[in-house]
Amino acid sequence: MTEITTFSVAETLKALKNKEFSAVELTKAYLHNMENGRQYNAYITECADVALKQAEEADKRYINGTNRALEGIPLGIKDLFCTKDIRTTAASHILDNFVPPYESTVTQHLLDDGAVFLGKLNLDEFAMGGSNETSYFGPVINPWSKDKPLVPGGSSGGSAAAVAAHLCAAATGTDTGGSIREPAAFCGITGIKPTYGRCSRYGIVAFASSLDQAGPIAQDVRDCAILLKSMAGFDEKDSTSCNITVPDYESFLNREVKGLTIGLPKEYRPEGLNPEVAAYWDKAAEYLKARGANIKEISLPHTKYALATYYVLAPAEASSNLARYDGIRYGFRADGQHLDDLYINTRTQGFGAEVRRRIMIGTYVLSAGYYDAYFLKAQKMRRLIHNDFMNAFKECDVILTPTSPITAFPIGDESMLQNPINMYLNDVFTVSVNLAGLPALSLPIGLSATGLPYGMQLIGKPFDEGTLFNVAAKIETDAKFERK
Amino acid sequence: MAEYIIETTKGKWEVVVGLEIHCQIISKSKIFSSASTEFGDDPNVNVSFVDAGMPGMLPTLNKECVHQAVKTGLGLNAKINKYSEFSRKNYFYADMPTDYQITQFRYPIVGEGEIFVDLSDGSTKKIGIERMHIEQDAGKSIHDLNPTKSYIDLNRAGVGLMEIVTKPDFRSPEEAGAFLRKLRSILRYLGTCDGNMDEGSMRCDVNVSVRPVGSDELRTRCEMKNVNSVKFVMQAIESEAKRHIEVYENGGTIEQETRQFDPTTGQSKVMRKKEFAHDYRYFPEPDLPPLVLTDEYIEAVKAEMIELPDAKKQRFIETMGLTPYDAMVLCENKENAEFFEKAAAGHDAKKVANWMMSDFFAMLNKKRLDITQSPVSAENLGRLVELISTEVISGKIAKDVFEIMSETGENPEKIVEEKGLKQVTDTGAIETIIDTVIASNPDNVTAYKNGKTNLAGWFVGQVIKMSQGKANPAIVNKLVREKLDK
Repeated sequence: MTEITTFSVAETLKALKNKEFSAVELTKAYLHNMENGRQYNAYITECADVALKQAEEADKRYINGTNRALEGIPLGIKDLFCTKDIRTTAASHILDNFVPPYESTVTQHLLDDGAVFLGKLNLDEFAMGGSNETSYFGPVINPWSKDKPLVPGGSSGGSAAAVAAHLCAAATGTDTGGSIREPAAFCGITGIKPTYGRCSRYGIVAFASSLDQAGPIAQDVRDCAILLKSMAGFDEKDSTSCNITVPDYESFLNREVKGLTIGLPKEYRPEGLNPEVAAYWDKAAEYLKARGANIKEISLPHTKYALATYYVLAPAEASSNLARYDGIRYGFRADGQHLDDLYINTRTQGFGAEVRRRIMIGTYVLSAGYYDAYFLKAQKMRRLIHNDFMNAFKECDVILTPTSPITAFPIGDESMLQNPINMYLNDVFTVSVNLAGLPALSLPIGLSATGLPYGMQLIGKPFDEGTLFNVAAKIETDAKFERK
Repeated sequence: MAEYIIETTKGKWEVVVGLEIHCQIISKSKIFSSASTEFGDDPNVNVSFVDAGMPGMLPTLNKECVHQAVKTGLGLNAKINKYSEFSRKNYFYADMPTDYQITQFRYPIVGEGEIFVDLSDGSTKKIGIERMHIEQDAGKSIHDLNPTKSYIDLNRAGVGLMEIVTKPDFRSPEEAGAFLRKLRSILRYLGTCDGNMDEGSMRCDVNVSVRPVGSDELRTRCEMKNVNSVKFVMQAIESEAKRHIEVYENGGTIEQETRQFDPTTGQSKVMRKKEFAHDYRYFPEPDLPPLVLTDEYIEAVKAEMIELPDAKKQRFIETMGLTPYDAMVLCENKENAEFFEKAAAGHDAKKVANWMMSDFFAMLNKKRLDITQSPVSAENLGRLVELISTEVISGKIAKDVFEIMSETGENPEKIVEEKGLKQVTDTGAIETIIDTVIASNPDNVTAYKNGKTNLAGWFVGQVIKMSQGKANPAIVNKLVREKLDK
């Protein structure tokens, strides 16, 4: 690994401007890392040719002074973002031959700012999973693995692993129930899920439309601030995107936390919470307190219903969103005698077990006779969970919680494979945020006794990502976490 | 109102019918994408990535379609709902690319309304509108091009539809037919749907049940899908009602089912039994926020509303002196009504109406022309009527002038001038002709004087003939009698 690939995005931009190295040199260095890092299985598709061309263009711009905000920064793109003329699979057999003729709005923003795309990153199939084990292209290996291979978290497992292993300078992710934050925590890096509506969903393969949000996964808080500024923004092609000015997030990094009130939800500290997690949580609160922030216990009374609510609503939307993968117009097709056979064969062979499970759950909860008992009730609960947060934000500015109750676990963990509920329980601290549509950031706080990273989560008011960057930057400084 | 009762040897029955009408919205682009709605293009040319259900594509609501829907709602005298929601109706079909239809379910854009239909006995009947919602159309599957393959054309996929649901207010085929014609007339006036049932831009599902006369129960209904003409709707109601009655009278029960009416046999057959009915798993469309309309918006659409057939008909009767029948016929079509108003401006409206409904429409029919293509302009038709009213020409000459107008499109005043067709009203000139006719027919004069007074008509005819039709018949009549009676 060459030294230049350990630089943060901010450092790399500075170096490129100072012509310490060229964008082509930089891209080649990352391509070299990718080649040597294939054991992580982080990329589904590598696109060296495209990347080098983009890097050449970047170098020209640095020479003629028309360089843009992310000129020449080599990024990995979660393979859920449609990229024009680059295969986009959603890590599913059913889309493994799909080449979109269009570009997602978020990746277009990155391209417009001069970013270089190294390739498409692995994920759980259709972003359904918390370990990256449901990918049709095989699991991703966490770069923190020691004696046995560990999961990187999911669903943005390829993104988190690639950033941690320096197979890209930063990556895009998406987060429906924790898919940016959990892998960021498991891989000892930083990621932010912005407010619902902050980033356009246009061109992102949909999982659960009312919960999905794109966001960056990067080495540190500043890099996330830089990337989110580029990715975010109103898009008339997404009716759920919000027309609210995107501030300069980097400017929040130097603000103080003095006077801010940090809420610690008591429901997130159940009996039996992993003592290491509890200790790091207290430590993070102490850092902020020492800097003059007020620490306050708050209550989010409906927390215990969040997982159940999420696992009704997300599959319901997914069951409908994934209906279009029917073998008729694009993607994988298995033949059949009749139209119904064609559908059944295509979808049975094209989707993996977890995706099929969620389609079935979603179909069930929307069915006649069950809609009121499941879907409608879950929608009502979602409103109550949202209200919990709005009430809490009357008495605090930011909420601090752990990102996950555990650290990365081994690939093929029996208890999780045998009972999917055990896997779903890992999302307990993250799903409420998606249900409420709030912004939340995860950053590394320290290592477990076994040497694996823990993450801290900061939850903000709607469209107040700035304050998250402000507070996160202070924890980052004080925690002095050493990345891979 | 004429009652429609089906009488058998065993009893008397009445029909209960409700309609669901899918109306394609007139708009430049589709309801959730920017693709064109052009009809008749090559297959699959007007298809955006959104219409094709590509991964990651999102619908965006076309404001023009909302505007058309609100206009239509106002035209149905219906409540415009300030809050409405889109929902997904989930089912798999090859010509529906997302395998769900974006529609409105719990909260439609238009609520209850009513329209009045004119029946053949001169009465009118109020038909209740239950609701109207907007949704997207599906594409078309083509099964007859290849023995083993089906082809799909997505040009229509995503075109905006308004689905109008009536209350079960119809008690006869005639009422349903009159309603469809009235609805079509309103939609065409508004310019929100072209109403062409044969092209599929207006499609009707018919729900039929029967009950013994005097009962107010609602029995099991059957739905006949996509009946594509007014005539077929009326036939379908009649045949379906008779089928129900036969089943009931033989001790059977009617199952709720979806049927297809075949106009060639006049019968319907089962498409889908109730147990195979889809579970559509409706839920709120997460890709589109609720549609919220402001009072100002609704008021602005109201302000754009034009006069609709009922109001126009009333005005034609009250202020222009038309008979209800003439007014109804002229108002059914907006272009006819507009032509009439233009032609009648400043002239004798009743006479203009008579001319339009006889010679003018006959001419268009003969020439197979639409009123907008008429060689005779509204202004010129008005001028022609004026020439008659002011006795410049006679009604008989007017028919000749009209004949020329329909060939050349010329101004009738010019034709009358150039061809010297002006009616002679100068009594001196007419008297000269009468004197000549009397002088050259002494026998008839004698006969007249001996009591054969009906010969006066013969003299009048001779005089007019001699004047080449230009002599004013009233004056001729008067003078002939004066001279003969002398």
